[in-house]
Amino acid sequence: MADLRINLAGIESPNPFWLASAPPTNSGYQVQRAFEAGWGGAVWKTLGEPIINTTSRFAAVSFNGRKVAGFNNIELITDRPLEVNLKEIYDTKKRFPNHAIIASLMVEPSREKWHEIVKRVEAVGVDGLELNFGCPHGMAERGMGAASGQQPDLVEAQTMWAKEAAQTPVIVKLTPNITDITMTAIAAVNGGADAVSMINTINSLAGVDIDSWNTIPHVAGKGAHGGYCGPAVKPIALNMVAECARNSKINIPISGIGGISTWRDAVEFMLMGASGVQVCTAAMHHGFSIVEDMIDGLNNYLDDKGLLSVNDLVGKSVERYSDWGNLDLNYRIAAKINTDVCINCNKCHIACEDTAHQCIDMLTDANGKNYLQVREEDCVGCNLCSIVCPEEGAISMIELPRESMPMTWNERQHALAKLMG
Amino acid sequence: MKHSSQSSISLTDLHVNFEEINAGLTNADAVDESNRCLYCYDAPCIQACPTGINIPSFIKKIASGNLKGSATAIMDANPVGASCARVCPTEELCEGACVLNHSTKPIMIGNLQRYATDWAIKNEQTLFEAGEKNGRKVGIVGSGPAGLSAARELARLGYEVTIYEAKAKAGGLNQHGIVSFRLPQKVAQWEVEQVEKLGVQIKTNVTVGRDIPVDDLFEHYDSVILAVGMSKVPMLQLGGEDLDGVYDAIEFVEGTKKGDLTTELIGKHVAVIGAGNTAIDAATCSVRLGAENVKILYRRTQKEMTAYEFEYEFAKQDSIEFRWLTAPIRLIDNGHGKVKGIECVKMELGEPGMDGRRRPVPVKGSEFILEADAVIKAIGQTRHLDLIDAFDLAHHRGVIKIDIDTFQTSNPKVYAVGDVIFGDGQGEAMVVSAAQHGKKAAYAIHQQLKKSISETA
Ligand SMILES: Cc1cc2nc3c(=O)[nH]c(=O)nc-3n(C[C@H](O)[C@H](O)[C@H](O)COP(=O)(O)OP(=O)(O)OC[C@H]3O[C@@H](n4cnc5c(N)ncnc54)[C@H](O)[C@@H]3O)c2cc1C
Ligand SMILES: Cc1cc2nc3c(=O)[nH]c(=O)nc-3n(C[C@H](O)[C@H](O)[C@H](O)COP(=O)(O)O)c2cc1C
Ligand code: SF4
Repeated sequence: MADLRINLAGIESPNPFWLASAPPTNSGYQVQRAFEAGWGGAVWKTLGEPIINTTSRFAAVSFNGRKVAGFNNIELITDRPLEVNLKEIYDTKKRFPNHAIIASLMVEPSREKWHEIVKRVEAVGVDGLELNFGCPHGMAERGMGAASGQQPDLVEAQTMWAKEAAQTPVIVKLTPNITDITMTAIAAVNGGADAVSMINTINSLAGVDIDSWNTIPHVAGKGAHGGYCGPAVKPIALNMVAECARNSKINIPISGIGGISTWRDAVEFMLMGASGVQVCTAAMHHGFSIVEDMIDGLNNYLDDKGLLSVNDLVGKSVERYSDWGNLDLNYRIAAKINTDVCINCNKCHIACEDTAHQCIDMLTDANGKNYLQVREEDCVGCNLCSIVCPEEGAISMIELPRESMPMTWNERQHALAKLMG
Repeated sequence: MKHSSQSSISLTDLHVNFEEINAGLTNADAVDESNRCLYCYDAPCIQACPTGINIPSFIKKIASGNLKGSATAIMDANPVGASCARVCPTEELCEGACVLNHSTKPIMIGNLQRYATDWAIKNEQTLFEAGEKNGRKVGIVGSGPAGLSAARELARLGYEVTIYEAKAKAGGLNQHGIVSFRLPQKVAQWEVEQVEKLGVQIKTNVTVGRDIPVDDLFEHYDSVILAVGMSKVPMLQLGGEDLDGVYDAIEFVEGTKKGDLTTELIGKHVAVIGAGNTAIDAATCSVRLGAENVKILYRRTQKEMTAYEFEYEFAKQDSIEFRWLTAPIRLIDNGHGKVKGIECVKMELGEPGMDGRRRPVPVKGSEFILEADAVIKAIGQTRHLDLIDAFDLAHHRGVIKIDIDTFQTSNPKVYAVGDVIFGDGQGEAMVVSAAQHGKKAAYAIHQQLKKSISETA
């Protein structure tokens, strides 16, 4: 049994699995059920001036028959009065003193508003605050959420205002709807943030109904862009976490969010620098009980790796993530087809023939049996064939013996520059 | 998945015929199938499993790659979960309850359960730990699924447990009775070892009531669990029963499980009497021993047959002939003390009997002779009456009377679980129900003894 407890910028929780600020954390009833199911923390559904939501809010993208590959919503922040939420936060914290409750906040970009709300939520005993600079729809049109989260100066100023009043740690939740997320992350650091969390949802339109020509979802025949999340966004979120983790100016903890559905996803985020993770879509798809396997699977994984604490994972892969210019240009791999395992679907051949480097030959042996073979000398080691291959173990990418010493693009340019004198 | 049929029976190496038929899921199959599970809330499959395995949870763990967690979830609820993955009538239990029956096809729960437990067997996992010793001792008679299951739970609760087993190997019918091509010995053996690893002592080759007196148990243990299952196949009460070539189905199957495969049936005609699961197992074993023709004789019809549907299908795939409404009258001697045929009579169904099933009655003048080189009796199992009497327990025709919640017998110190209480409306004789009985008796014993433990502590 490994130790799963984490301490994220001073916020302690019994395990790294928090529910992200979203419908699962709408009320005390829900958060208490979640804690009973095993979640270590919850970021309460964003508090602020109550708003009015539309009905018809969500849509999902199915991929090849599998439901909820991606999830899209046009929901805003909480639509319940602040006093009600505060009372329920208070009650929940009383019942679960060892679980982390973080209040997600969104108000107009004004110092007074930030001071006021921070004081009110801290008075009911939250363990930390998360500033929602990420909601991409509705709130942005009112100058909040992503609208302020896309401007580094506003991120910095609002973080500062919140910090002026805050006694508990402040996490700044960033929007991915920006070219370089490290810009706003650095702004949060400059504003005094204790941690950053990412990502909020990505601008999206889930689909168009080709019979009615309506958007999906639509509200009385009209649609507006929503925010995308769920398994489909994981690679985007993971990169953003990794970019922040390896940036020396962003030296505060990261709470990883985006497409996390299993303990494996959580391990990946933590290896890439997240000190804990938050989950929304997976819980909405399957219910709170999914955390049971997240905890159990993580535990077994740590035991298997001989690690005593989940914190030993944090950031272990960060140094392996770098710029393209630091990759070894002389490293060579090539595809190898195991004809004993191959089922002869020829998908690798056509993928390579039509869209890569034309180096998988379709051959026939002396007994008239068809087989596929890679011309190693022409293979550029792009991985495409092994990606399209449906049969486990039929194609492996193998390392070729070195022909020359490691040399990166940067080293090459450096050497060239030297030569030129 | 590969299924062998009669056409692939080897007559030169009988052992290959007894290798496990179902090849199990490939990794890719397991990933696909586990991701197809809906992960229902309050899932009906859990309700349908007599041991209440949290099926969606163990399947989710396969999907997430947490195979140890998956195997643990299975074995936690069912100490013989690896065997059950292979022998449970899943279409009547978990898979029958799967909501996908209403839309597409049910999840292959049994095969996924096997996938996870196979992983644990292959990777030599130890999944559970013994509880801190509480100073109390329980003696268990019989190491079948019921006895093992009780022992496992008691050991986890801190009891010192000793099992007495008459046979040389522990495991009960999982080890000796269920044909190896459905349940290989190594699976039953692994489950036995999992229990032994918790410090449970299994004394094999000890028949309670013969090698040690019943009173010894009362003296040594705070509680005693009777988990002796059922006994031999009863006599047909017909002439010629002691001829050479007449077998008891249970002993016949046990012979094949021990690996001493007789070559005597190669090319021969075999008749099996009875149409329960044991009859089918005896028949499919005969096919695998090289018999040329195997017939099952049953005095009622297919509708009254007690064998599971999958067993029946399996027998048909093995080209076994079913002779309905056919009853034996006498076994015929070939003149040298060996059986050469059966005299049979055709039956018809009359009025319903006490059990509600229509009683078969002979059709006058329909007698005929069926040639057979071997006859296997599979008309049920007798009870361990002597032992039940030695324990002085209340019973009804060998079915021990118990409290249906606690499994306590008429003697408050003695509990009875598994096949030994099957009958008279007390459940079905299945591995999975035996396992559940064992668990429940263990918890009932704990309830009973807990008080005295805290008093002495
Ligand atoms: C041929 C056959 C096929 C079957 N197929 C299936 C199937 O496919 N699926 C399914 O769910 N069920 C099947 N069953 C039923 C299943 O095997 C039983 O319900 C189950 O094994 C009962 O478990 P148990 O622990 O009560 O008894 P058993 O498994 O019978 O174990 C009892 C143990 O007690 C020992 N014992 C008996 N007397 C004494 C004594 N005096 N002292 C010490 N030890 C003693 C015995 O040697 C034995 O090891 C089958 C049964 C048979 C006979
Ligand atoms: C319906 C819905 C409502 C959400 N509301 C909020 C919110 O009020 N505040 C917030 O910070 N994030 C909100 N989010 C974003 C989530 O907290 C999270 O950042 C995002 O869904 C990515 O995680 P996931 O892939 O696990 O869903 C919402 C997401 C969804 C799906
Ligand atoms: S989940 Fe269904 S029932 Fe519940 S609020 Fe949404 S639309 Fe209504």
